[in-house]
Amino acid sequence: MTIRSEALVGVARRRHRATSLGGWLDRQSVFSWLMMAPPLLFLAALVGYPFVYGILLSLQDRPVAHAGTFVGLKNFVTNFNDPIFWKVTANTFIYTAAATVLKMVGGLALALAMNQQFPLKNLVRALMLLPFIVPTVLSTVAWMWILDPAFSVLNWFLIALGVPKPGPSWLGNPVLAMLSIIVINTWRGLPFYGITLLAGLQTVPPELYEAATIDGASAWQRFRFVTLPLLQPIILIVTLFSVIFTFADFQLVYVLTHGGPQNATQLFATYAFDIAMGAGQLGYGASVALAMFPALALLIVALTIYLRRG
Amino acid sequence: MVTGYGPAERLVRLWLPVGFFLVVALFPFYWMAVTSLKPNAELYNKNIMPLVVHHPTLKHYIDLLTQTSFLTWTWNTMLVAVVSTAISLVLGVMLAYPLARMRFAGAGLIAMTVAAIYLVPQPLLFIPLADVINRLGLGNTLSAVILTYPTMLVPFCAWLLLGYFKTVPMELEEAARIDGASRLQTMRRIFLPLCTPGFISAGIFAFTLSQNEFLYALIFLTKSSVRTVPVGVIAELIRGDVFYWGQLMAGALLGSIPVAIIYSFFVEHYVAGLTSGSVKG
Repeated sequence: MTIRSEALVGVARRRHRATSLGGWLDRQSVFSWLMMAPPLLFLAALVGYPFVYGILLSLQDRPVAHAGTFVGLKNFVTNFNDPIFWKVTANTFIYTAAATVLKMVGGLALALAMNQQFPLKNLVRALMLLPFIVPTVLSTVAWMWILDPAFSVLNWFLIALGVPKPGPSWLGNPVLAMLSIIVINTWRGLPFYGITLLAGLQTVPPELYEAATIDGASAWQRFRFVTLPLLQPIILIVTLFSVIFTFADFQLVYVLTHGGPQNATQLFATYAFDIAMGAGQLGYGASVALAMFPALALLIVALTIYLRRG
Repeated sequence: MVTGYGPAERLVRLWLPVGFFLVVALFPFYWMAVTSLKPNAELYNKNIMPLVVHHPTLKHYIDLLTQTSFLTWTWNTMLVAVVSTAISLVLGVMLAYPLARMRFAGAGLIAMTVAAIYLVPQPLLFIPLADVINRLGLGNTLSAVILTYPTMLVPFCAWLLLGYFKTVPMELEEAARIDGASRLQTMRRIFLPLCTPGFISAGIFAFTLSQNEFLYALIFLTKSSVRTVPVGVIAELIRGDVFYWGQLMAGALLGSIPVAIIYSFFVEHYVAGLTSGSVKG
């Protein structure tokens, strides 16, 4: 009897709370959606809408400052038959693949070298990250000067080492220009890999190495069978992140080569920019930008699932 | 990790690789500094050893500050970075708190959507966004970038804060709820003050990302008076085919310093955010 009446009191109290406005606002779902509504509306307006609008644009012939006319898939057909488009596709994949491999290998080497005790370690770590935090455009301008056709300091070193004058034309030769943007992208992104992997290394319990050493594992075996498997999740996340933003890179190439010489370093993003902002063909440009979407969608879905914090 | 190597082995295992990485990482900054201090006669003379400054001069800095709009660009950059970071932190909290603490239908879907939006690179959206900004009549105003930077910073802050919020114990909030505080009071008075380190991490990242942003600023800001440093340096110090290398390097160095200073104060927070796997690289 007493138990029953206590339960009734509980129900009554809950009812009372739910009918008042304050109680309604305190319900988890009501509170959550009200709280999230402003940011979600903001993102819907400035990410969701532009995304859908971009797809519509890609189906139009839409010169800047003119009304668009619907042309169906014409822009995509034009891309398909355009050798420059396929050149751009190849460039983007080569750039992404080469820079990613270099950053991964170099980052791992940096992390392993830094994973030792030495004086001023925190200062060195802070300095190592500078290329990553400084505005990319500004550091790229410095690289532009380092690779200058007439006054390249890199060529000054090479000439001092015996390379015939005037030294390679880094940004004038198609192959060297591609090499240059890959190396500079690596220079900028490698510290991110290195410092993140270093943090990963520091979570590996020392007992594991001791146990492996006692079992007779060589340094290489300890790396291959202890370090690498434990680092694998963090390597995967860092790599996916880096691939997404290397694939869609814009500023480095825009500043350093403008896609030249003869489109040798043109990437999807810079090519879409040239068409949309340079030539004023918004619809055609949008179709080039959207060509990035399938690969990006795949990467984004993979990483989102992997990162899920639900 | 393991110590007790001889000096020779320590040289090979530690100092050579660390030294190599450090020299490569820092040389472009050294080169910026050296170039910005050289008089033109020295800068464009191939017969002089280029690695040191023989006759240092501040002329390029003085020219940069008096003959270009560099100070205006710096002010614009700071203003945009501070305002868009503040907006993004507030909106980011409003997304992250319910996702971290509440149970409601659709929470998982929203969290996934936020993560996915955070991973969308700008080049996918800049063309339609340019049209949207023009139709809103915001071209050549700082509002254009203050409004668009949070499209990348809000999901980013929300994501970073969501990770942080989940590490904060719930006992204090539960106690406040039992004492009769509403959810909003609990969040504002009890929970948020506990999360200062998370806000510093997210704030610094958002701030450096806005200082770094180039594509939207390039498209939306075409007048000198509204430009930010990266766009101003590229658009106005490179005049046609003429390069003012001394001024360019002075601008690149001065433009990098605010970010570097802020970063140096909070480097531990920065690394903590970096290693929580939440950064665009």
